[in-house]
Amino acid sequence: MKAPVTTDALLYLNGVTVSFDGFKALDELSLIVEEGELRTIIGPNGAGKTTMMDVVTGKTRPDAGEALFRGFADLTRLDEPEIANLGIGRKFQRPTVFENLTVFENLELSLADSRATWATLFARLTPDHHDRIAATLARIGLTALSDLPAGALSHGQKQWLEIGMLLIHDRTLLLLDEPVAGMTDSETEETAELILDLAKDRTIVVVEHDMAFVRSLGARVTVLHEGSVLAEGSIDHVQNHPRVIEVYLGR
Amino acid sequence: MRKTAWSPGFWACFFGCGLILAIAIPAFNLLVPPNSPAALPDYLVPLLGKYLCYALLALSLDLIWGYAGILSLGQGAFFALGGYCVGMYLMRQIGARGVYGNPLLPDFMVFLNWQQLPWFWWGFDHFAWAAAMVVLVPGLLALVFGWLAFRSRVTGVYLSIITQAMTYALMLAFFRNDMGFGGNNGMTDYKDLLGWDVHQPSTRLGLYLASVVALGLGYLLCRFITASKLGRVLLALRDAESRVRFLGYSVTNAKLFVFTISAILAGIAGALYVPQVGIINPSEFSPGNSIEVAIWVSVGGRGTLSGAVVGAILVNAAKTWLTGAAPETWLFVLGALFVLTTLVFPHGMVGLLRRARWIRPRAPAPVPAGEQA
Ligand SMILES: Nc1ncnc2c1ncn2[C@@H]1O[C@H](COP(=O)(O)OP(=O)(O)OP(=O)(O)O)[C@@H](O)[C@H]1O
Ligand SMILES: [Mg+2]
Repeated sequence: MKAPVTTDALLYLNGVTVSFDGFKALDELSLIVEEGELRTIIGPNGAGKTTMMDVVTGKTRPDAGEALFRGFADLTRLDEPEIANLGIGRKFQRPTVFENLTVFENLELSLADSRATWATLFARLTPDHHDRIAATLARIGLTALSDLPAGALSHGQKQWLEIGMLLIHDRTLLLLDEPVAGMTDSETEETAELILDLAKDRTIVVVEHDMAFVRSLGARVTVLHEGSVLAEGSIDHVQNHPRVIEVYLGR
Repeated sequence: MRKTAWSPGFWACFFGCGLILAIAIPAFNLLVPPNSPAALPDYLVPLLGKYLCYALLALSLDLIWGYAGILSLGQGAFFALGGYCVGMYLMRQIGARGVYGNPLLPDFMVFLNWQQLPWFWWGFDHFAWAAAMVVLVPGLLALVFGWLAFRSRVTGVYLSIITQAMTYALMLAFFRNDMGFGGNNGMTDYKDLLGWDVHQPSTRLGLYLASVVALGLGYLLCRFITASKLGRVLLALRDAESRVRFLGYSVTNAKLFVFTISAILAGIAGALYVPQVGIINPSEFSPGNSIEVAIWVSVGGRGTLSGAVVGAILVNAAKTWLTGAAPETWLFVLGALFVLTTLVFPHGMVGLLRRARWIRPRAPAPVPAGEQA
């Protein structure tokens, strides 16, 4: 019996291994994210970045290793809704909004409110809810489109809506998987500003390939490669790291 | 402004339809002299009542299929179970008036040489007990079945297949004489219901009116659910189930809730159906019946509620007419209808109507220039 881990970190991954038919997507990955931190994660395709998020959000059960939230919640034992209700939100690599619901309704479902089935049956939108939705719409620039089905939005707008869905909930930890993929340069800049703004009062982990964007966030960078951490440190540190250049940046 | 499900326009339509079904039709039956061409003959009343029961059954399927993407092909099983509960009550009401004159045992049990009433028949001489069972039996079956299926994340075609298997298994079980539900022949020759003779036109009109009320209340309940935030959770999980989980909603619980409500509605429909057609037998469980319900819903328009009602009534009226006029063609017509609505009118008749008459313009509003993010 191992002694129970004690950690102050918000997110604590230790020796996490995930294999698909013998192929190790994560190979004894260890990662610690402190409360209030903004962390960027880079790495070549197939490095295991998305799989790491799958483990943290309960979509994938690791074969081995520990995953703790706030030092006590064992993420390897909880299911997706339970983890979400701990305060972990996620933006997917491929933008996933509810296409048949309106922009407004997408945000409504994301409001911090009871998730119990019975409670949703009798839920009413309070004036406070309306204000929060209106404020979020303004922040993601979709006010004029609020009654449009989300399926009718452009790719970039869907990305923003998905960020808005995270924003409105006041979650503790946000996992953003490639939030600027497919965005124009100006949209990317705006997104960087938004993320920096959000990072003031929550913990955020961002996965991105866009190095200019990563640099603009100015945060600590973790490089994943073949399912484990290759390097970690400031952007300048990792950009000058010989192994990182070899497997990722140099190609 | 966001539109509400309970607008004055909606209530006008609702009570308008209610007026036709609950006042006009009985009036044509009772007040118009029977020899007038406008009269509604007595024999048509239970037929219309039967259509309304089918409409409630279709509504129950639309709630789960149209809104939560659960294509249950076992809806007929819940309908039949509700029907059997009432059938058992009606059998107990026969009392000593049966062929064998046994005051306690229904004829088929006497025929099988049974000496005493099986325990699961206890209480069915009381209407209240039978009525409670109409709700509890389908509801509990759906709760257990749904819990097993949704917890293991059985979805799509797999769910449709296991619901078919469920109704098929029940059919085989109910065919067996030793199950104690009348086997092959089922239960029939009912005499009275709450003291009223089931063959009397007035009783039949009463049953018809009860069906109107049940359909109306069932419709309002479904509309309440689908217009609530839970309704939007259901639509969301129909299209992106895993995304709903990451928002913190329990997909299992949401599905289980509507699946159970839907089974209860189907059970009530079956309970009203049996006294109007005068028989319940295991063929009600046949897998084909449940598939037909899906066809009614898709013909009328899936995910619209009103479409399910319209589809069930029209398809069954067509069936009644055609099985009289050219019985061998019915299955082909039914198949053709299904293919046509799936390929050409994916939103069914209600969708067609909405598009044609702009009852509810669905086209997205044009995006004002410069407003994009
Ligand atoms: N469900 C799965 N079944 C089998 N293999 C999988 C599965 N999910 C991921 N993988 C494999 O695991 C590896 C890691 O995938 P992952 O999606 O985590 O990479 P990534 O770092 O997010 O890459 P990208 O930058 O392309 O998004 C890949 O080789 C992928 O093919
Ligand atoms: Mg990825």
